[in-house]
Amino acid sequence: MTDFGAGASSTLLDVRNLSVRFRTRDGIVQAVSDLSFTVRRGETLGVVGESGSGKSVTSLAIMGLLNRERTDITGEILFEGNDLLKLKPDEMRRVRGRDVSMIFQDPFACLHPMYRVGDQIAEAVLAHQKVSKKVAMSRAVELLGAVGIPNAAIRARDYPHQFSGGMRQRAMIAMALVHNPDVLIADEPTTALDVTVQAQIVELIDRVKRDFDVGVILITHDLGVVSETATHVMVMYAGRAMEYGSNAEIFAGAQHPYTWGLLESMPTVEKKLDVLMPIEGSPPSLLHPPPGCPFHPRCKYRFEPCDKLRPPLAEIPGGHLDACHLPPERKREVWANRIVPEIAAPA
Amino acid sequence: MIYIGALGIALLLLGGAIIATFSGAHPWWWVWVIGVIAALVAALVSGSGMALYILRRLVWAIVVVNVVVFITFLVFFKLPNGDPALRFVGKFPTAENIALVRHRLHLDQPFYKEYFFFVKNFVTGDENGWPGLGYSYGNYVSVRSEILQRAPRTLWLIAGAATMWLIGGVAIGVLSAVKRRTVVDRGAMGFALFGISAPVFWLGLMALYLIWKQLGLTDGSGYSPIDQGVGQWFGHLILPWSVLALLYMAIYARITRNNLLETLGEDYIRTARAKGLSERTVILKHGLRASLTPIVTIFGLDMALLVGGAIITESVFNIQGLGWLAYNGAITQDLPTVVGVVICTATAVAIANLVVDIIYAFLDPRVRFA
Repeated sequence: MTDFGAGASSTLLDVRNLSVRFRTRDGIVQAVSDLSFTVRRGETLGVVGESGSGKSVTSLAIMGLLNRERTDITGEILFEGNDLLKLKPDEMRRVRGRDVSMIFQDPFACLHPMYRVGDQIAEAVLAHQKVSKKVAMSRAVELLGAVGIPNAAIRARDYPHQFSGGMRQRAMIAMALVHNPDVLIADEPTTALDVTVQAQIVELIDRVKRDFDVGVILITHDLGVVSETATHVMVMYAGRAMEYGSNAEIFAGAQHPYTWGLLESMPTVEKKLDVLMPIEGSPPSLLHPPPGCPFHPRCKYRFEPCDKLRPPLAEIPGGHLDACHLPPERKREVWANRIVPEIAAPA
Repeated sequence: MIYIGALGIALLLLGGAIIATFSGAHPWWWVWVIGVIAALVAALVSGSGMALYILRRLVWAIVVVNVVVFITFLVFFKLPNGDPALRFVGKFPTAENIALVRHRLHLDQPFYKEYFFFVKNFVTGDENGWPGLGYSYGNYVSVRSEILQRAPRTLWLIAGAATMWLIGGVAIGVLSAVKRRTVVDRGAMGFALFGISAPVFWLGLMALYLIWKQLGLTDGSGYSPIDQGVGQWFGHLILPWSVLALLYMAIYARITRNNLLETLGEDYIRTARAKGLSERTVILKHGLRASLTPIVTIFGLDMALLVGGAIITESVFNIQGLGWLAYNGAITQDLPTVVGVVICTATAVAIANLVVDIIYAFLDPRVRFA
């Protein structure tokens, strides 16, 4: 159901009906519900949503980094045809960092403060490869150079606190690439960085995608980043996909009121602050998600079925996948007459 | 590399000084001075952050010892009312003896000279050898020889117990953290609660009664020097080691467990897992490394405090070490002995802190460059 017709590139990751439930003292948190998407080689899937929309949980589920004792995961995560959810812990360990790699939000906290950067990357080499420490180290230096660390051989002997935030994120990317993985998951890789550095890291991930021929899952709440680098976009809300399509489909014809809200609230250089339109309200509790469409309490366009019936993720004629009860004509009309002038508004 | 070599030489000299102190009558104080100078030169030549750091800590330790010596001097010589010579003279305060003590302690000279000779004796030694700690007029023996006789007992007691509690405590703590919320964890923490709650004097007496008196497995109370047979020595020390270690083992197990659990929630542990490392490597290499630094800190402090503070254990097992010496000195009004033990213990604390700071810097690179 998520075939975009690009038959040439091979499907690396095929997530089907993924649901993640956390058992907590207060009840069951429905972190991710019925999520399906695919990642292909050379593509970037941008996953967009507010905090708590299930983006990070999805990526941790793919990496097998969720505590299985307190988490129920259902559905399938097919990596090159094998279901990662069915692997034993030790088999999953061999996938992590070799076939599927991940970089995280806060590079300040993600590197071990007491080991040299080069050693930490060499350790990643040795985790899946029986080579000498020297070979592993030279691989580490090679990759540090490849991600744009100057004097890589010398800087490899530095400790993380001697690196700037951007350099640490570069080192994390180098670490993720040591085994030429097939899938690279980047979980808000720029959130903790300075704005000027953010662009460099986004650019680096985009270059890495081409040079290393990987499929990228780019998790972010920055629509600007997604519009520039993602080939496909999935908008998540309350653990569900609200809208899913190619970059062009989303940014040239968004169909879901939540996506519209995100676009309207996105600042650009031209827009003045008072023109920004925040989405009123806050995301629902995933302990007690609202009945019907999870977005209906905040939706400007809600009508009578929205609080009773949850709209399925479905393709509209001549459009792409979204989960909204609004009739297709109405979606097109709102997009063309209200949203486009708003986001283009030079104020 | 240069600084490591020079540091090695400095440490060798320091070791030589300590050995010379134990063996001989000759003042070896200048070896210490050479050691410090060697470290200084090494630091300046290499310009290495680590060497400079060690140097800074070394200078600081020397300052601390000086301050402690000065305060000790004030407390015992200057603050109390009355004639210090009378307090130091011991059991036979004849006019002749008092005059002798007054002369020997330079009490007949101005304040600054009095202090100067006090420090000079400590640093360069006196007629009884190095370090010069004065003469116990109550026991008719130099304080230095008293301390040298008692110190090995306390040091052996602490060294053995520390080895036991460090290995045992960290191992139990790691096990407990890894098997969190299981029977193993609850059992270990229950044991820790027992270890912390059980008083040493009760535990010691119970151990003596059961294991020595009833079962005859060990050699009972008292102390047997190591050069009179390792078996004897071990047989006498194994119970005090175990009893002293149990308390600290319990504390260390709890600290290790809590530190490790906290560390395992850090982002860099998730990174280690994301690399595909085995759970064993994640916990023992990445987790434990970060959890060990606070343990090093309290370990240094505990070691130092025990040098003068293992009195209860020493009493229960009749070991008669430094704690016993200080206690006896205090109740028999043998002030020179008390002064000597105080200065030695304070120096031990300063040295222990120095060692901890250096180990800390090796463990945590951020400290080195701060």
